[in-house]
Amino acid sequence: MADRWNAGVIPYAEMGYWQPDYEPKDTDILCAFRITPQDGVPPEEAGAAVAGESSTATWTVVWTDRLTTFEHYQAKCYKVDPVPNTPGQWIAYIAYDIDLFEEASIANLTSSIIGNVFGFKPLKALRLEDMRIPTHYVKTFQGPAHGIVMEREHLGKFGRPILGATTKPKLGLSARNYGRVVYEALRGGLDFTKDDENINSQPFMRWRDRFLFCMEAVNRAQAATGEIKGHYLNVTAGTMEEMYERANFAAELGSVIVMIDLTIGYTAIQSMAKWARDNNVILHLHRAGHGTYTRQKNHGVSFRVISKWMRLAGVDHIHAGTVVGKLEGDPMTTAGFYDTLRKDSIKADLSKGLYFDQEWASMPGVMPVASGGIHAGQMHQLIHYLGEDVILQFGGGTIGHPMGIAAGAEANRVALEAMIKARNEGVDYYKEGPEILKKAASRNRALDTALATWGDITFNYESTDTPDVVATPTNA
Amino acid sequence: MRITQGTFSYLPDFTDEEITAQINYALTNDWPLSVEFTDDPHPRNTYWEMWGLPMFDLRDPAGVLMEVNACRAANPNAYVRLNAYDASLGRQTTALSFIVQRPAEEPGFRLDRAEGRGRAIGYTTHSYATERPVGDRYTQG
Repeated sequence: MADRWNAGVIPYAEMGYWQPDYEPKDTDILCAFRITPQDGVPPEEAGAAVAGESSTATWTVVWTDRLTTFEHYQAKCYKVDPVPNTPGQWIAYIAYDIDLFEEASIANLTSSIIGNVFGFKPLKALRLEDMRIPTHYVKTFQGPAHGIVMEREHLGKFGRPILGATTKPKLGLSARNYGRVVYEALRGGLDFTKDDENINSQPFMRWRDRFLFCMEAVNRAQAATGEIKGHYLNVTAGTMEEMYERANFAAELGSVIVMIDLTIGYTAIQSMAKWARDNNVILHLHRAGHGTYTRQKNHGVSFRVISKWMRLAGVDHIHAGTVVGKLEGDPMTTAGFYDTLRKDSIKADLSKGLYFDQEWASMPGVMPVASGGIHAGQMHQLIHYLGEDVILQFGGGTIGHPMGIAAGAEANRVALEAMIKARNEGVDYYKEGPEILKKAASRNRALDTALATWGDITFNYESTDTPDVVATPTNA
Repeated sequence: MRITQGTFSYLPDFTDEEITAQINYALTNDWPLSVEFTDDPHPRNTYWEMWGLPMFDLRDPAGVLMEVNACRAANPNAYVRLNAYDASLGRQTTALSFIVQRPAEEPGFRLDRAEGRGRAIGYTTHSYATERPVGDRYTQG
C-alpha cells in the first residue's frame, strides 16, 4: 500500500481504478465505453485510466487523496471485453458511485463522464456506448414535461402514429408565405407542422411574425377539420432570456407546442423542460448537431445515451431516426433508441446496442420523431420498424406533392390510416404493404399521385453505427 | 365538412364487419371497449356522453357491436365513437378511438377572431351545431 502514495506516476490500474472483482451496487451509475488504446497500452490499464480520468484521478499521485475516503469516490473499471471481430477495441465497464453526481443535472453528469477523458492521450479513441442510470438518480430528474400518454390525451389522438411535416424551403420564406405552408399541410390531414432547426429569427422572417402567421394557420386548420393541430414554434435563441420571451409569446398565442434545438445545451434544455411543464406546452427537441459525435463508432457518444439524457432532461419529442429514410439508421440500433425513449423497463440486449438493463420507474416516455427522406410509399415499413407511438414527419413527402401541399398531407394520412386498419385486422401488412397502399390509392387520388411520384424512392446505404454483437435467439 | 377526429376519419365509413374487425383487435389486446356520443364535436369537447359504462367484462365482439348499434339507433343524428381502453401500467389511457356514426349533415366550425394588441389575435372555434339547444341539433339532417 505504501507504493500507492509514492510521489510520481503510477499505472491507474494499480491506483485502484481496475477492480475486476467489484460487484456494482444498485445505486451505481454504470457506463460501457468502447476504448481504442494506443499501441502497447493493455486494455485493463486503458479502462482503469478512463475510470480514473472521469472520476477522481489526475495524472500523478496526490497526497490530498488521503484527506478523503478516496475508494468511495474512485470510479471502478470492473470488466473489459474485446469487441467481436474488431481488433484493438474493447468495451470497458465502469461503475461510478452516485455521490459523484449532483442531483438532476445533466451538465454535471456529463462533465464527469464525457469530460476531459475524451481527449486523453493514451487512448486513440473513446466512445460512450451506454449508461445504466439507477432509479435513485432517475428520480431526481423532472423527466418529460408531459410524456407520450399526456400528449395523446391533450391532442385527442389515439391508435395511430402522429403525422407531421417540416416547412420547406427551410430558409427564405416570408412569414406570410410560411404560414400558408402550415395551413395547407394541417388542413390536408397532418397533425403537426414544424419549424426547421435553423429557423430562429433571421432577416427574412422575424420570430414574432412567424408565430403570428403560424397561429392563424393552425387555428384555421383546426376549424376546417375539427381536429387539434399544432405547429412546433422553434424558440431557440442566443440567450435563455430570449428563449423564455419567445416561448411565453407562443404560449400566449395558444400554441400547444414549442421547439428547441439540441445545440442550446443541456442546462437550457432542462430549463425549457421545466418551463414547458409549468406552461402546459409540449416540448419538441430537434437533435441538431448530434451527428458530429454520435455517428462514428469508435469515438464520441452513442445516440442511445443522448436519448437517455434527454428523457431525464425532460423533452416530450426527440428526433430518433427513420431506418428507411435519408439519414443514418441501422434497424436494430434505431430500435434500441426507440426502446430507450418509450419503454419503462428495458432489458440489456446487445443486438440492439443496449448494454445494461434500464428501469425508468414510471418516468413518462418521450415520443420519438422519424424525419428525413420518408414518404407515403414506405408506410408499412415505418409502422413495422417504428411502431405506433412515433411522429412520422414527411416534409418533402408532403410539400413536394404535385397536386399541392394539402393533397400531400392527405396522401400521408390516408396511407397511414389504411395501414393501421390493415394491421389491426390481422393482415401481414409488412409483406402486403404495397398492395394495401395500392388499394387505398384506388379510392384516393392524392395517395395515388404520391405513390406514382415517390413509390420507388429508397435510400439504401450501409449504416455506420451498427451493433457489434448479434445475440443468439433464445426461447427465454 | 367532414370532421377528422378519430383514428380512421380519412377512410370511407366502416361497415359493421370492419367495425367488428377493430373490436376483435381491441379484445385480443385485452382492451375493453366503450361507446360515446355527442352533438357537440368541438375539438376540445373531451367528454362525450357515455353510452353506459365501459364494457370491461364483455369479450364477445357481437355484443359490443350490438351496443354500438343500440347507441346509433337511439341517437341517429349524433356523432358516435367507439373507444378501446388500455389499462396496463404505463398506459392507462385510450388505445384506439374512431367515429362510427356521423350526422347526415356536418356543419362544422366557424373561427372567431378577437383582434388584440400588436397584431395578436385571440381565436375561438365556434361549433355551428351548438347554436341550437342540446337534443335539437342536426335534426335537419
